[in-house]
Amino acid sequence: MDCRRLPAAPDHTATDLPPRRTLLQAAAATALAWLAPVSVGTASASAQASRTARPVAGDHLVRNGDDRAAPLTPADIVAGGAPVIAWPVTPADGVVRNGSRLNRILLVRLAPDGFSAKTAAAAADGIVAYSAICTHTGCEVGTFLAAEQQLYCECHQSRFDPRDQARVVDGPAPRNLPALPLRIEDGRLLVAGPFTTRPGFEQG
Amino acid sequence: MRASNVVLVMAGLTALSLSVVDARQRPAPPPPPAPPLPMPAILKSYPPVTDERLKRPTDGDWLMIRRTYDGWGYSPLEQITAANVARLQPVWSFSTGATNGHEAPPLVNGGVMFVSTPGNQVIAIDAKRGTLLWRYRLPIPEDAVVMHPTSRGVALHGDKVYLAANQGVLVALDARTGKEVWTADVGGNDAGYYMTLAPLIAEGVVMIGASGGEFGIRGFVAAFDLATGKQAWKTYTVPAPGEPGSETWPKGDQWKTGGAPVWVTGNYDAETGIAYWGTGNGGPWMGDQRPGDNLYTASTVALEVKTGRIRGHFQYHPNDSWDWDEVSPPILVDFQRNGRTVKGLVNVARNGYLWFLERGAGPIKFVQGMPYVKHTVFRGLDPVTGRPDVDPERKPATGKKADDICPSHWGGKNWPPIAFSPKTRMIYIPANENLCDWLTGAEVEYEAGERFIGATSGMKLAAGADHVGEVQAWNVDTGKRVWTHPYPTSATWGSMLVTGGGVVFSGGTNDRKLHAFDAATGKVLWEFPTNSGILAPPSSFTIDGKQYIAIQSGWGIDSRGMQSRLNTITNGAYPEVPEGGAVWVFALP
Repeated sequence: MDCRRLPAAPDHTATDLPPRRTLLQAAAATALAWLAPVSVGTASASAQASRTARPVAGDHLVRNGDDRAAPLTPADIVAGGAPVIAWPVTPADGVVRNGSRLNRILLVRLAPDGFSAKTAAAAADGIVAYSAICTHTGCEVGTFLAAEQQLYCECHQSRFDPRDQARVVDGPAPRNLPALPLRIEDGRLLVAGPFTTRPGFEQG
Repeated sequence: MRASNVVLVMAGLTALSLSVVDARQRPAPPPPPAPPLPMPAILKSYPPVTDERLKRPTDGDWLMIRRTYDGWGYSPLEQITAANVARLQPVWSFSTGATNGHEAPPLVNGGVMFVSTPGNQVIAIDAKRGTLLWRYRLPIPEDAVVMHPTSRGVALHGDKVYLAANQGVLVALDARTGKEVWTADVGGNDAGYYMTLAPLIAEGVVMIGASGGEFGIRGFVAAFDLATGKQAWKTYTVPAPGEPGSETWPKGDQWKTGGAPVWVTGNYDAETGIAYWGTGNGGPWMGDQRPGDNLYTASTVALEVKTGRIRGHFQYHPNDSWDWDEVSPPILVDFQRNGRTVKGLVNVARNGYLWFLERGAGPIKFVQGMPYVKHTVFRGLDPVTGRPDVDPERKPATGKKADDICPSHWGGKNWPPIAFSPKTRMIYIPANENLCDWLTGAEVEYEAGERFIGATSGMKLAAGADHVGEVQAWNVDTGKRVWTHPYPTSATWGSMLVTGGGVVFSGGTNDRKLHAFDAATGKVLWEFPTNSGILAPPSSFTIDGKQYIAIQSGWGIDSRGMQSRLNTITNGAYPEVPEGGAVWVFALP
């Protein structure tokens, strides 16, 4: 039962070549590894650290459960649809940051004319991103109530307004869902900055 | 000087200067460790907790969460009475430093009080003076799955204190020092298994169960050796194919994620060696996604402590679709029915029915059941088996909304335990009347460690509702309600204590008060507003011959959830309750 289904790290193929800069970094890393074998462990430790580190500007996003780890594009987020649960991916070496569930991100697309100023600034083409971890007791916020335009946590029925910084509309959640600013570059959704507040809940 | 000597001298000077630099750069040797503080006399003289003391505690002891194995929550002490409780005063209070719901009763042995709090914290306090003796914390990983970050208490045996830590670690502490003696990895937190209950100790083992009914776990009770932490047995509360009860899971692999979590401590019959554990909802919430009765969800399971074998069960409602966890274990009390004494079990179920059952060497027999709050789902019970006849209109399913479900998924009574007085022959129930809800099922895909619910819901008040929270008193021999105290502006999450002095104590309300009632009549005799709302069971004990009442105050988690929903549907009549934990001790002047 201990078999968390997570997307595999990206598998770069001939049709999905990494940028030249990445290749150079990889070559340099290989050379250094040959010169100093101890750095292999360091590189591995670095990848592990990247898996658990919070998203940063420049990360792209992949859908939870997508074994191909295809970068999400604006077209993948359907207006009014269920939230897309996603993970951030490091731009340099394609490490999926799925080592911590606090990196689970939800994405929804809404009509931007109802956005508050702060949410409008963090949105990209009507798409907003928030931590998927409820600030009450840490369940995944995975439901969008289309009629009310609210995000909903099934565990304790907290509701959040995704058009206004995911502020708490109802229920026991003590604070907003942390927002993750977005931008669009080369047709892909990218992280534009860190979470606005700490993801997670009060444990005691 | 020859050149070679010059070289030697230069080398020597260099070495000297290096050694000087080394000496300057070298950190000073650490000071010798300070001698340990002398152990307080109260800990030096800490009396071991024996099997015999657990079975037959003295009147002044409170050694386990409900004081006795039968789960009565009854103290025989009678210094504090209905006649003098109005003069009760606080003696001391102690801030726990923790937030969230505090759900553990203070245990007291030899004048040492043990409380557990959210954050995997155990605090030992001089129960007479309110001074800290030691404090233990086991940090919780920041991304651990702990949907209810609380602790419902510790267990005592020998010179150890046992804690079921949230992330799935069973901890044995030295009662005198608070240091870890051993830890046992119960495991599974990545897949949504976590622990919130107090351990149960009997027959040389310490037993625990797993929360996680909203994460598609397969519930279990497991037993560990008291001295070493080695696992003795583990019994799943959802049978595997081929095991008894597996016929109630006729389709596929649904049993693997079938729920039936165990998140409240069982009660124990020392005569038969049977422990009675309650189980929670099925996973996911909608029963049409797991056809069958789904044993042993929403049940009481009779486990033989020596072996872990299931010797009997009683299921309160098959194919649960309402999130009615029946985790509260029945209390063990013999009652009168039709001119005979029944070796009984009494359970106040989350589904809104009060159940009278008969226990024995294992099998559990139905005796009687009746609603104790407004109930709209069962059209009746089978008179022989007690199986409910469910109104299909009130049963939600995938893509189907069921409305006016009473009681709501919070239940007529949630986890807070009832109490029983052998003097009044009454049980005391913290009930929530008039709370109903709607539920709509949805498809859900299993992903280990994430929510596995598949439902949206909303709370509503029954038509004509003029209150929610109540304390009810029922006579177990007549099966009749004797008195009801309604709380006009609050629900209740108040665990119950009743004393030989004829006083019922309970918190649970949003006014932060600890209430004292006349056990015979329900008259309010005394109230005291604490720092926060009270969820935890009160306890009572003596030190130097004087009776004390102790309680932890600390609102949060589900009480916070219910309060916020009531605030919404009443347009602001149920504002947020202050949070933050503290221990309070009261006595007569």
